[in-house]
Amino acid sequence: MTDNRMAIRQVELEVLRYNPETDQEPKLQKFTVPCVNEWCVLDALNYLKDNLDPTLAYRWSCHMQVCGSCGMMINGEPKLACKAMLRDYSGVIRVEPLSHFPIERDLVAVADDFMAKLKRVKPYLIPGEKRTLADGEYKQTPAQLERYKKYAMCINCMLCYAACPEYGLTPKFIGPGAISLAHRYNQDSRDGGRDERQEEIATSEGVWECTFVGACSDVCPKHVDPASALQQVKVASTVDWYLEHFMSWVKK
Amino acid sequence: MSRRPYVRVVPRTTWFFRHPRYMRYMAREVTCIFIGIYSVMLLVGLVRLSQGSAQYEGFLAALRQPGSVLFHLLALAFSLYNTFTWFNVAPKALPVQVGDEHWPDSVVAGGHYVVWVGLSLFILFWAGVL
Ligand code: SF4
Ligand code: FES
Repeated sequence: MTDNRMAIRQVELEVLRYNPETDQEPKLQKFTVPCVNEWCVLDALNYLKDNLDPTLAYRWSCHMQVCGSCGMMINGEPKLACKAMLRDYSGVIRVEPLSHFPIERDLVAVADDFMAKLKRVKPYLIPGEKRTLADGEYKQTPAQLERYKKYAMCINCMLCYAACPEYGLTPKFIGPGAISLAHRYNQDSRDGGRDERQEEIATSEGVWECTFVGACSDVCPKHVDPASALQQVKVASTVDWYLEHFMSWVKK
Repeated sequence: MSRRPYVRVVPRTTWFFRHPRYMRYMAREVTCIFIGIYSVMLLVGLVRLSQGSAQYEGFLAALRQPGSVLFHLLALAFSLYNTFTWFNVAPKALPVQVGDEHWPDSVVAGGHYVVWVGLSLFILFWAGVL
């Protein structure tokens, strides 16, 4: 059996370029990049920047699918460039900045909106009970961990926003990633911050903007399944509403 | 150096042509229109029934028209599609955790199918069809 993993292959990249100082609008630029078969798209971009065009701007850091900074559209699909393997593509590979976000420069998307939304949903533990160091650590059973574990895998890569047509059409939508993180903390046995988060996410800019297209879950590189988090927030908020309006004697 | 971000506008009426998964979503949403029309027809039938047997017979005769039969076949196909697509995503909205683990999606979705078939058989039996 021949091992062609290290073989060199000429890969044609079509990269969307935008220079805010000189360009009126972005345009595609073609490059032919000599690539090792086992490379990912990020490796190809790194080669391109080091050897062909040092002005190319894009974000990356870890090269191992944990930092969440290399998200981009690859052949029209939101992907982590460090997870998209060249061996899975043939022909020209089109690389563009994440959809639905403004373009800062070349492949760099403006993340300000996502960052602001993340902050709004308070994605951190808000302790449900006052504890001191002397009380020792929190204890959590495997069952309690299972309730939120999947949603704790989020790396804030924003791929789900690039996939979500609702976010594209209505940018004020808080969106899949941030709401999933809110849900992650709401589901945590140590947390007591649900009421505060509900004010942000159980609203028309929150889960009620979601129409359950499900694209977010298709593209999430960490299998967070944001669509499931949002539907569960809808169900729980609906139950809240009924309890409040028809059964106010039932204590929540 | 000042920032001058470039905004790509999403086309408001044709966005779902951009990706097959958006088309599948639209198919799921659009098929519910047929379920809505069918429900209205059932209501009309009830009104006719309340008006007397002659009116009700007229309603039944209208249902036997070829156009009506065609509509019913279409509505059946579309409502099956709508039902399958919703049942298959139901586990996302209603996950069931027992002990340390979540039930597999297939079990939650399967439960929906079982209840659906059970209820349908019950109604057919009750209505004297079976
Ligand atoms: S939910 Fe998934 S796709 Fe969305 S930001 Fe988190 S890791 Fe990325
Ligand atoms: S470079 Fe960190 S996720 Fe790709």
